[in-house]
Amino acid sequence: MRQSVTINVNGQRHTQEVEPRLLLAHFLRERLGLTGTNLGCDTSQCGACTVLLDGQAVKSCTVLAVQADGSSVTTIEGLATNGQLHPLQQAFWDNHALQCGFCTPGMIMAATDLLRRHPDPTEAEIRTGLDGNLCRCTGYENIVKAVRSVAEQSS
Amino acid sequence: MARYVGTPMKRREDPRFIQGKGNYVANIQLPGMVSLAIKRSIHAHAHIRRIDTSRAKALPGVVGVFTGQDLIDGGVGKLPCGWNVPDIKVPARWPLAVDRARHVGDGLAVVAAESAYIAADALDLIEVDYQPLPVVVDARKATEPGAPLVHDDVPGNVSYTWAIGDKAAMEQGFAAADHVVDLELINQRLIPNALEPRAAAAQWNPFSEEMVLWTTSQNPHPIRLLLSAFTLGIPEHKLRVISPDVGGGFGSKIFHYPEEIITPWVARRLNRPAKWVGTRSEASMTDSQGRDHVTHCRMAVLNDGTITGIHVQTWSNQGAYLSTFAPLIPTALYLTLLSGLYKVSGIYGEMWGTLTNTVPVDAYRGAGRPEAAYLLERLADLAAARVGQDPIEFRRKNFIPKDEFPYQTPVAFAYDSGDYHHLFDRVVEMADYPAMRQAQTQARQQGRLVGIGVAGCIEASGPAPSRVAGALGSAVGFWESGAIRVHPSGKVTAMTGSHAHGQGHETTFAQVVADELGVAFEDVEIVHGDTARVPFGMGSYGSRSAAVGGSALVSSARKIRQKAIKIAAHQLEAADEDMVYDQATGKVYVRGAPDRSKSFAEIALAAYTAHNLPDEVEAGLEETAFYDPANFTFPNSAHIAQVEIDRETGEIALQRYVAVDDVGKVINPMIVHGQLVGGIVQGVGQALWEQAVYDEAGQLLTTNLMEYALPRAREFPAIEHGRIETPSPHNPLGVKGVGEMGTIAATPAVVNAVLDALAPLGVHHLDMPLTPQKVWQAMQAAQA
Amino acid sequence: MYSAEFEYYRATSVAEAVELMRAHPGAKLLAGGHSLLPQMKLRVSQPAALVDISRAAELSGITLDGEMLRIGATTTHAALAASPVVSEHCAILSEAASLIGDQQVRNRGTIGGSLAHADPAADLPTVIVALGGTLTAASAAGPRDVLAGECFVDLFTTALTEGEVLTRVNVPAYGAGTGGAYAKHRHPASGYAVVGVAAIVTVSDGRCTRARLVVGGAQPNPVSASASEAALEGQPLNEATIAAAAAQVAQALPNPLSDHYASADYRRQLATVLARRALVTAAERAAER
Repeated sequence: MRQSVTINVNGQRHTQEVEPRLLLAHFLRERLGLTGTNLGCDTSQCGACTVLLDGQAVKSCTVLAVQADGSSVTTIEGLATNGQLHPLQQAFWDNHALQCGFCTPGMIMAATDLLRRHPDPTEAEIRTGLDGNLCRCTGYENIVKAVRSVAEQSS
Repeated sequence: MARYVGTPMKRREDPRFIQGKGNYVANIQLPGMVSLAIKRSIHAHAHIRRIDTSRAKALPGVVGVFTGQDLIDGGVGKLPCGWNVPDIKVPARWPLAVDRARHVGDGLAVVAAESAYIAADALDLIEVDYQPLPVVVDARKATEPGAPLVHDDVPGNVSYTWAIGDKAAMEQGFAAADHVVDLELINQRLIPNALEPRAAAAQWNPFSEEMVLWTTSQNPHPIRLLLSAFTLGIPEHKLRVISPDVGGGFGSKIFHYPEEIITPWVARRLNRPAKWVGTRSEASMTDSQGRDHVTHCRMAVLNDGTITGIHVQTWSNQGAYLSTFAPLIPTALYLTLLSGLYKVSGIYGEMWGTLTNTVPVDAYRGAGRPEAAYLLERLADLAAARVGQDPIEFRRKNFIPKDEFPYQTPVAFAYDSGDYHHLFDRVVEMADYPAMRQAQTQARQQGRLVGIGVAGCIEASGPAPSRVAGALGSAVGFWESGAIRVHPSGKVTAMTGSHAHGQGHETTFAQVVADELGVAFEDVEIVHGDTARVPFGMGSYGSRSAAVGGSALVSSARKIRQKAIKIAAHQLEAADEDMVYDQATGKVYVRGAPDRSKSFAEIALAAYTAHNLPDEVEAGLEETAFYDPANFTFPNSAHIAQVEIDRETGEIALQRYVAVDDVGKVINPMIVHGQLVGGIVQGVGQALWEQAVYDEAGQLLTTNLMEYALPRAREFPAIEHGRIETPSPHNPLGVKGVGEMGTIAATPAVVNAVLDALAPLGVHHLDMPLTPQKVWQAMQAAQA
Repeated sequence: MYSAEFEYYRATSVAEAVELMRAHPGAKLLAGGHSLLPQMKLRVSQPAALVDISRAAELSGITLDGEMLRIGATTTHAALAASPVVSEHCAILSEAASLIGDQQVRNRGTIGGSLAHADPAADLPTVIVALGGTLTAASAAGPRDVLAGECFVDLFTTALTEGEVLTRVNVPAYGAGTGGAYAKHRHPASGYAVVGVAAIVTVSDGRCTRARLVVGGAQPNPVSASASEAALEGQPLNEATIAAAAAQVAQALPNPLSDHYASADYRRQLATVLARRALVTAAERAAER
């Protein structure tokens, strides 16, 4: 039993027929070719698949595409505007906050939600605020620095 | 002279990753592609009496279902072991198990379907008739009489044994000692958990009979060789292996895995592109795991703190099959490191490599060297306490003095360079160690359990001189290739046999090549990870990329410079030996007459127009070098950790972490810092949280990240990091390697800190991971 | 990970949800999906149909109704944690909600989902039991209230019946002199509570007039530490009385859960320590009100 869904992704409306069991992550990756949203675990732990759903960070591996019907989704591909990197993207680059890059899209999306809620978080608040995202490479230190640097720029 | 080497250049890899344009294998989508899924054993040990695939085959959308026997009938071969120590027994390992499953997750059948969802549905329709068999999971128990045999042709489950050192000298050292400290320890099994699960995609061209395989590998060329010569049978010139962006490896993506055989086999069989993407559970059950040693070790010391002997016996769990380099890890990368930073004449180590009903074990970040460093640094703390010395004082007493390099240890290695006293001076100063101890004394007076842990560690990195590797059992050489193609415009493409999966080679190697040639960083492109574009290379592991891969690029750049000098000399009508190659600008000029010069671009164009070249010089400007290192390199480190333990719950707070490392010369300090900090956090993970837990039936209880605890940001303070530099004398860059050092030192530093905190209670050893429960139980027992 | 196939229905009202559940026996309710979807992806759970109630407006929102806080079942943990009404009148609930999982999980997971799933390691069942809350459920037979203390029957089992739709959670607002605190030991991998303790005390004229102490994670369901509660009532709340009461927590845990991370004994120890810590904080907060 397929369902029609309309999801606005990065400012573009997409209407598609989907199986109810199709995960939002697979909808983005396979239907729309937005492969920046990575999948790193089976149990909503790693956060690599984090996207913004109506402005809030969610793990797209634990959301059905049918649940996102009528909603707006922002993925890592939609973060830069007019070719201008988002401040967090720039800060991750400037601070060497990534190595293999696999956790990076989800980490950046989670950090946008964190800064939306807490524009000026302390280092400790950043560390707990990014609890939903695992990175196996960096040891987190430069990720914390990158997020902090964006907070400093805007305060 | 160097314009780029030594500077923190921002990574040129990053723009694609921060914008979601990483090119990972799972992203590859080709027209007509089928999705593969693998049926896996739910038992740790069982006869497979029957596999009924009929219902799965009948499911709409299923394109094919194949069992292990189908693969064998279709020509696949056994997975070989690439490191063969004397008298080793290598058990048979097929891409899919045929009549017997030997660990939970052992593959039994593969489904090809129109979508991953249908493939998953089909797995549920495959019926497997298992006859469960007795199970053994522990490395030492596997050798006891009556233990179930994992492979009938490996008696006692011992695949191989190995020993090194001078046993008589060791015994003499113990006879002469005033004290002996003795430790039974377990270096627990870890799951590497690179964040990207393994994946493979394949496309067959029936007309050219060429196969392209994309695989999440740290070393595409060796994988191609193994596929051609042993497992898949497609010849090397018809098989292209590509490792595009790879989301972390930490060793686990070195090895040859069944799925990179199965995927191209199915693609050819069905004549459709095929893709397998592992899940986290599959990664947990099939990626080669790390460590897993049961060890008895002893250290002999004199009253003044001099170490006179070290004796180590280890049962090393190899799992159900020998993974590609499994026997290398607990032999030539473990027992050979038993000298640590210390000058000790009596060292003897022996080990048994045993088979169990568990996932195969192979290299994981550090690979053998962390196991050696851990036991040495635990013994050093126990010995220091026994003779009443501060742990740093005890270590300093035994350091190899800096004027004794190169230093020949009694366990094979000859250390290249180092200054361990200076290294420790730096960390003591950075941490203000005396103040830390003073604060600890005060805290203890208040009844608080504050501990300070020290570790001084060495790594043998940059493997390896091929002749030495061959003598130790390697089936391959460990040189590296580097090729430089200068285009007619003077732009440069450099190809390396190394592979980057987070290390940033596209940046660091461009720094090296740009400096060697005197061209702009922006004018150098680094290519890696594709057997069709890069000369045969050995890949990345063992912290080897800069030392071996970087050196190969230096060698080829030097060949380019020689040819450029010949061309310029000819055109400027000067003798070769009168020419100067200015590496700051890429200009070649006549000595004493800098205006008589040719730019790099002019020389490149001249090489390709070939209108005016010397007679003995061929057209073109392209060189390849194969660099075989003269020795390993020996990075070393001094780390200090401070923890505080909650007396009531056993919870551990990591309060401070101060580290000084000597990784030789540094190409990009920003990247080096990132590697060390990332490594430290991973090493702390082993100390405090990480463990692959098997129950007695061989069920893996930690198959996902809800059960297997990876380090999280919230658990860490900012890491204070410093470096000293003693260049490696035997490679042209003076580099030593940085990928694993942090991990090696962090584990013992943190464990020593926890045990230092518990020392007032009389707790002297605990096995990792130091979970709150374990610490609490120890405190309870000590106070009882 | 790919779940098995299922049918999907969307309810825009409670009545519609009740009707869909009646029409599709074996269906599961879907709100945020953060308890259900992970199980379905592992194929541990394979319901034939899902009824999505996340768009039923009457199921969301938080209102203060006299002395009762009424919380719609699809209210997310993030909304609970950020709600000024909740932190003003029932701060333990926002505290516990802020400690669930991680931000992404809190943005999707709902109070109703957490309670109906009845995971012994979840945080909210413990707190709702301590608050003496009730769960309002709708069915074809009409609405009924279930006492939270009687709702959590066993591991992943509640007193709600097949087809019932949990619509609302009702908790009493703090009265004068009341304070609460939730303390948990996080599992290092999952973030779930290995043990979580909710303490709520009311103090009048320097003495504790009412104490509620509930332990989650230790037993298959949240357990009231009645002996500890009784020991506190009528007493001044100080280090000695609190420690004495906390020392009796283990009595309420005859048969704790045990796994490779935490044995039964260790769970008892955590419960005892966290009980004391939660009571100390609760007493401090009670004194401030």
